[in-house]
Amino acid sequence: MSRSDWLFRRLVRALVTTFVIVTFNFFLFRVMPGDAVSNLSRIPHATPQLKAEIAAQFGLDQPVWHQYISYLQQLAQGNLGLSYQDQQSVVSNLWQAITHSVPMVALGTVLSVVFGIASGLWAAWRRGTVQEKLSTSSAMFFYSLPTQFLGMILILIFVGWLGWFPSGGTGNEFDFLNDPSSADQMASGLRAMFLPALTLALILYGQYTLIVRSGLLETLGEDYILTAKAKGLSDRRIMMKHAFRNGMLPVVTLVALSFGFIAAGTILIEDVFSYPGLGLLLADAIRARDYPLLQGAFLLITICVIVANLLADLLYFRLDPRITT
Amino acid sequence: MTQMVLAPTPDDAAQETSKQSPVRWALQQARSNPGAVVGAVVFTALMVLAFASPWLAPYNPDESFSNGYQAPSTAHWLGLDDGGNDILSQLMFGTRTSLLVGFGASFLAIAIGVVLGLAAGYWGRRTDAGISSVTDFFLVIPEVPLMMVIAAVWGQGLWKMTLIIGILLWTWTVRVIRAQVMSVKERVYVRRSRALGGTDWWIITRHVLPQVAPLIIVNFVLTVAVAIFDESALSFLGLGDPRVISLGRILDNANQGGAATLGAWWALIPAGAVIAILILSLTLMGQAVEDALNPRLKVSYLSRKHFLLIPNRRSNVPDPTPTELTRSEAA
Repeated sequence: MSRSDWLFRRLVRALVTTFVIVTFNFFLFRVMPGDAVSNLSRIPHATPQLKAEIAAQFGLDQPVWHQYISYLQQLAQGNLGLSYQDQQSVVSNLWQAITHSVPMVALGTVLSVVFGIASGLWAAWRRGTVQEKLSTSSAMFFYSLPTQFLGMILILIFVGWLGWFPSGGTGNEFDFLNDPSSADQMASGLRAMFLPALTLALILYGQYTLIVRSGLLETLGEDYILTAKAKGLSDRRIMMKHAFRNGMLPVVTLVALSFGFIAAGTILIEDVFSYPGLGLLLADAIRARDYPLLQGAFLLITICVIVANLLADLLYFRLDPRITT
Repeated sequence: MTQMVLAPTPDDAAQETSKQSPVRWALQQARSNPGAVVGAVVFTALMVLAFASPWLAPYNPDESFSNGYQAPSTAHWLGLDDGGNDILSQLMFGTRTSLLVGFGASFLAIAIGVVLGLAAGYWGRRTDAGISSVTDFFLVIPEVPLMMVIAAVWGQGLWKMTLIIGILLWTWTVRVIRAQVMSVKERVYVRRSRALGGTDWWIITRHVLPQVAPLIIVNFVLTVAVAIFDESALSFLGLGDPRVISLGRILDNANQGGAATLGAWWALIPAGAVIAILILSLTLMGQAVEDALNPRLKVSYLSRKHFLLIPNRRSNVPDPTPTELTRSEAA
């Protein structure tokens, strides 16, 4: 199989996965008994006209098969129904939330990858020494903490005891998204996302350190490392040129596999910090049993994970010229 | 006994080096790893405390003693939460719930994973293609958000939650078991057994399952850890059984009551610490067996003392493959 075939297959698989999730999302909410779950027009306190409009849009008086077609049509036009809570469209709710989530998750993930690689590399290099013990045991420590617990501990320390951060938001932390040139707004935005991003980074850091360490250790046992050693190359050169580059390949895959974990972590972290992103939206939708919003938030989170996986595949493709299958 | 009759091959030589069964070999390796022993002891102690909670817990976990948080005292060793409940009692009963969900979900997940992994690895071809594509699909889906959505739609309850977690945690096991089965079924003694007329059932139960048994144990232990994590996540969003206290619900209560901003550390830290200790001890046990099963991790050509076979503590155990022997001779 040629390289372009491989790429094409990955693309098709991502599309198929998305379609299956879209379909699953429809049926999960339809096959469940009870009008409250299945009927998108069951909006509390809504006017009859509004209910009738939603019912017409989604063909709610039609058989399930027709409803599925209408659901796909409406989805293609970006209509996911109205939120039960604020009667605004689900899509506008989602859009605002994701603009808040993306910078926070990106900051947390980048921090964790950088620290994870550095500390994993250190642990593998200094195998059998105190440095390795230090690196792996701190990684294990953070790895074993539940996400929501670490978030609350950081609140307890930085908000409850030290008082470095305010306990409530001012509501305009996210103005920097509209005007990134203002340094003040940027600072307040960073302040708002600092603790949530730090939580995510610490949780992931533990995982990544352990993954990078074991990946590198496997590579360091390869015969070409022995050859490089026999040629008299310096340890540093062997590590960076021979071991690190090859050891990073499985790491890309494993980091890609952790995107689902990042999604789950984001839900818990945003809930703990009341950070107004996609995760908090999903958590609130669950608590309020706001089914249209829940459906939309789950769909968007899943699509984000699928896209992130695809990007990781592309990166792998770029890094490994041997890929054919 | 077929091995005695036929001429020895390199594959048999590998078998001869470790005469004991793989399970015993793995256990012996695990015993030489102190981390695993500490993990096992701590885990057993917590399990005893949790399951003896109806007799050992000082109070009824649902009984209210005050109207708000109260710091630890001699009457209430870990203080009271915002509902006035004794936290130590909640912790003991909650650990029991979390362990039950963890074991139940892991058992279900491993059962599904082993059956699918064995089928995919042993029969290959279309069976493998079908199972692998479903597995690949589930590997991409973020499982915890999926659990949350299903639980929100399906309703609350301890059994439902166990079922939801268990049904979604099998993907990794399928992959690992499948890969191992594929390599085991091509080994010479398995091929001989088949040539002598061994049925699929005979080969799977007598030759394949014993070889993958340590892997199944590792995956079971690690999946219990993941399931306990997932229980705490689901309960944190109010998706657990509202009548049953669990570690996740204690954390949820602490969050809802604002324990962190109020500085009520006693309502927060014990439950999180118990989850962390459970995860840590399970991971230590699982990893010890996993490390023992992966001979590649033993050799590192770039360590502080070059060409030393580390860790040394394993050197009393015979090396599992001939290649490892040549490498240690080179040292």
